[in-house]
Amino acid sequence: MPQDFRLDKIGLINRNKKISFKFNGKSYFGYEGDTLASALIANGVHLVGRSFKYHRPRGFFGAGVDEPYAIVQLYRNNETDPNARATEQELFEGLEAKSVNCWPSVNFDIGAINNFLNKFFPAGFYYKTFMWPRSFWYKVYEPFIRKAAGFGVASIKHDKERYEHKYEYCDLLITGSGPSGLASAYAAAKNGAKVILAEDKPRFGGSLLTSEVNIGNQSGKEWAENIITELKEMPNVIVRNRAQVFGYYDHNMLVMSERVNDHLAKSKKYSPKQRLWYIRAKEVVISSGSIERPLVFGNNDTPGVVLSSAAKEYLKVYGVLVGRNPLIFTNNDSGYETAIEFKKNGIWPIILDTRNNPNSEIIDEAKRMGIDIKFSHVVVAAKGYKKVKSAEIAKISEDKKKLGAIKNINCDCICVSGFWTPTIHLTSQSGNKTKFNEEIDAFVPGQSKQEETTVGSANGIFTLEETLKKSFEVGHQISKKITKNDNKVSIPTVVEKKFTKHDKFWCVPLPKEKKYKRFLDFQNDVAVTDVELALREGYRSIEHVKRYTTLGMATDQGKTSNLNGLQLVSDFENKIIPSVGHTTFRPPYTPVTIGAIVGREVGKHSKPTRKSPMHSWHEKHNAVFVDAGIWLRPRYYKQGNEGLFEASKREAENVRRNVGVCDVTTLGKIDIKGPDAAEFLNRVYTNAWLKLPVGKARYGVMLREDGIVMDDGTTTRISENHYHMTTTTAQAANVLSHLEYYLQIVWPELNVNVVSTTEQWAGAAIAGPKSRNVLQKLFPDIDISNEGLPFMGYVEGNLFGVYARIFRISFSGELAYEVNVESDNGNFMWEKIIDIGKEFLIQPYGTEALSTLRIEMGHVAGSELDGRTIPYDNGLQGLVSKKKDFIGKRSLNRSAFTAEDRQKVVGVVPLDKKTSIPEGSHLVKDANAKLPNPKLGHVSASCWSVEYNNPFSLAILRDGKNMIGQKLFALSPLKNKTIPVEIVSSHYVDPKGERVRS
Amino acid sequence: MLHIKCPYCGTRSQNEFVYGGDATVKRPQLNKEVSDKEWDTFVYLRKSPRGKHLEFWQHISGCRQWIKVQRDTATHEIFKTLKPNEDI
Ligand SMILES: [Zn+2]
Repeated sequence: MPQDFRLDKIGLINRNKKISFKFNGKSYFGYEGDTLASALIANGVHLVGRSFKYHRPRGFFGAGVDEPYAIVQLYRNNETDPNARATEQELFEGLEAKSVNCWPSVNFDIGAINNFLNKFFPAGFYYKTFMWPRSFWYKVYEPFIRKAAGFGVASIKHDKERYEHKYEYCDLLITGSGPSGLASAYAAAKNGAKVILAEDKPRFGGSLLTSEVNIGNQSGKEWAENIITELKEMPNVIVRNRAQVFGYYDHNMLVMSERVNDHLAKSKKYSPKQRLWYIRAKEVVISSGSIERPLVFGNNDTPGVVLSSAAKEYLKVYGVLVGRNPLIFTNNDSGYETAIEFKKNGIWPIILDTRNNPNSEIIDEAKRMGIDIKFSHVVVAAKGYKKVKSAEIAKISEDKKKLGAIKNINCDCICVSGFWTPTIHLTSQSGNKTKFNEEIDAFVPGQSKQEETTVGSANGIFTLEETLKKSFEVGHQISKKITKNDNKVSIPTVVEKKFTKHDKFWCVPLPKEKKYKRFLDFQNDVAVTDVELALREGYRSIEHVKRYTTLGMATDQGKTSNLNGLQLVSDFENKIIPSVGHTTFRPPYTPVTIGAIVGREVGKHSKPTRKSPMHSWHEKHNAVFVDAGIWLRPRYYKQGNEGLFEASKREAENVRRNVGVCDVTTLGKIDIKGPDAAEFLNRVYTNAWLKLPVGKARYGVMLREDGIVMDDGTTTRISENHYHMTTTTAQAANVLSHLEYYLQIVWPELNVNVVSTTEQWAGAAIAGPKSRNVLQKLFPDIDISNEGLPFMGYVEGNLFGVYARIFRISFSGELAYEVNVESDNGNFMWEKIIDIGKEFLIQPYGTEALSTLRIEMGHVAGSELDGRTIPYDNGLQGLVSKKKDFIGKRSLNRSAFTAEDRQKVVGVVPLDKKTSIPEGSHLVKDANAKLPNPKLGHVSASCWSVEYNNPFSLAILRDGKNMIGQKLFALSPLKNKTIPVEIVSSHYVDPKGERVRS
Repeated sequence: MLHIKCPYCGTRSQNEFVYGGDATVKRPQLNKEVSDKEWDTFVYLRKSPRGKHLEFWQHISGCRQWIKVQRDTATHEIFKTLKPNEDI
């Protein structure tokens, strides 16, 4: 099966390897080295999609990253990728792709009716059309826009591919392997610099792959191959193809996405699909080249209208003809290169040159070859719907305002060249103040803000000789600055054709009474008339024009449309472009997959998981875990058919009746040492610490400077100058930073050291009336009677040969102890406790039972210490010293904090003693009051009281101290509940605290 | 991502540090009479300058030291980093 548009002898593809693929369900073949675009064109497929707004037929426009049209839905290895650019996607065996943005098919598209209704789709049509009536938005407009607009469809399946992140450092990062990139990389590498050379295409060489030049005694292409081969062998050089540097961030951090396996049918084993590189470069050399500019004329979006450089690339790299009857429409010499390549391959092109009789070497060559050249001629409009069939052409007057008689000539493609736009995206992202270069009608880099240098055509230099000379110099100079070496490489001689000046003409006037659409932005369907309308409506700032018309806002970021848009605005305004300015270039330069951005931080790996040393025991005993910060803690231990409610009730009841054990390893622990440790604690906590004896623990509350409670916990004096502080699980890291802040910055004179020991100790809380019996059997040699180890006492012990710390502290309100051993012995300790506790009916309990126990005792925790409450609010005013100063004390005088009706923690019981009150419910006086119903307080924590067998909640309530006995309503609009409640003391169980001291 | 030179460890990426507020604020001394206004200024009032700003950062995933960083809030340029007891 011959391919109608493939030539036999030319191209860099591997003709020995045929590759079959499917497009829109139909089978085709291409060759190894093809892109999906080149293979489709070779097969005569020119219609690949429909446009965004008007659903006009779309073909191919470019041959690479700048492609605005050929966006396809890609299928690979049972996964699908939206918005793949067919011009970049390499062909692999079994590739499948489908058109996007057309329904029911690319050939018959219902949305194309928009094309005939286009007076309803002018600039700003989203803003104008879909605003009224408002109620239509969700039900009518949005679904319509969603169905009709947009490109590909994201997969809703979990992506099984692997993505990686990599961090790298280098002296020079060079972005692009065209002549300028190769020359700077080579010069710098030879001078000993650590170089990374990134090329976004599969092949290195950039423009050298398609241009007819000689460097030294080799062709440009051979020179590039030899340089790359040499660079790859150097130990100080990293060379990557398929790697797009897409973002330039602060302090010379650049991010690059490497498509490691996208060109293969299946990712190789142990190799990621894509890799994201974070590169910190001492210097950056931007050699990103330039993109050819379109010329604007009627129906210039018709399939078959392509960039002249793309036509040349398809021909020279892939051996593919974009047409057999080409029309070249150019305002500069580049179009001649393409025409000459056509002619060399037996195709007769016609050149329309907007210039009047220009002279240059390449024009002479085209003339010598007998190519038909029409000077002062333009394409007025392309003809044909799904493919160019002919062109209306005309002579244009010297002032470029008047068209001569219109003639129709046959052609099957129109190759346009409107000169070149330097790719300054990365330069601009770096903060460089770009400037306008009148000579090339484009912005070029100006004053650098970071360590970057732009070389080659990205810097507006379009001759190879100058490019190489400057790039070798830049590579040498920058590397010399870093390595202090001075090894120079010789600059080769260059043979290239000299070009003459381009014509600043860019937009063909409309002939009288013709309403051809002339497109500026090919992906977002923005036409000349749209921008003119925006300007007539008063938009002036280019940023506003962009947003109103969506010019340059599509996935191609206006790579081909920006400058022509600016031209139009400046023509209309009679301003020159520099005063119009360009819109801000923001990363990413090309779309980056979410997979690459996320890397390996997926699912469970999105954050580290911390587990206690007893975790596997919990797992074996049917623990149901809950996230506590990044810790996994047992929420309850399931027995039989129990759910959360039954299990936690059983566990909590067993603590009140017998004894329970809870894994408290996750509590934050901070070791505090030094002669000034007592003084430091005295400043950090609200209560007094100077007189705490060795072997005693104390409960403490610490504030922020604004008087709000930061955290609470017990701290124990282990020895004269050594304390062991505990914090809540959630605040552990913040408390450590807080202590370090005061020690390092505010009171550096204090001789104190703090260090986190959270992971060094495993902890078990043994709680319940029978806890002493268990402890006595664990530590038979220690006097743990109420006198020997009183409430808030501390001793050290020997747990069957293992060193242990024993604290008599209680969170549950029961007689309780906490035993700490070194983490490695945690499981040993736990199993001993369970084993020995059996005869006292010990059961492990999880965080749910733990909450129940503390709530019904009225112990405040995170839900009350919520960053908005002061000690008084939590009933902790007794712990606030009047005698000494401490962090945050001065704030407690604030009038709101001392107000007579200041909020305070209270208990809440539903009147029916049955209905649980949802946490977050508001407390109000009148359930039926007019909205907004004045809120008196909120329910902070709820449980099922195991002591009284009815629901019980804690709440923070305005004037709480005078509200005991009041009847209020708990409202939960979220759960649609209104519950009559009574306010009671927060200390619902054992209000005198006798149990902990028993 | 910023590149911050820790005076103890050398230059490291921003993700090893956390921001810690205005470094020009001085906490009033303990046990000293402080007027409402003075205290209010210390706790709540911060300038948000566009341009040079002296700020605290903590090298939290490194040496855990609090350091001073003089940074341009608009351009992210870092002019100087100091130990907390050093002045510009
Ligand atoms: Zn450090």
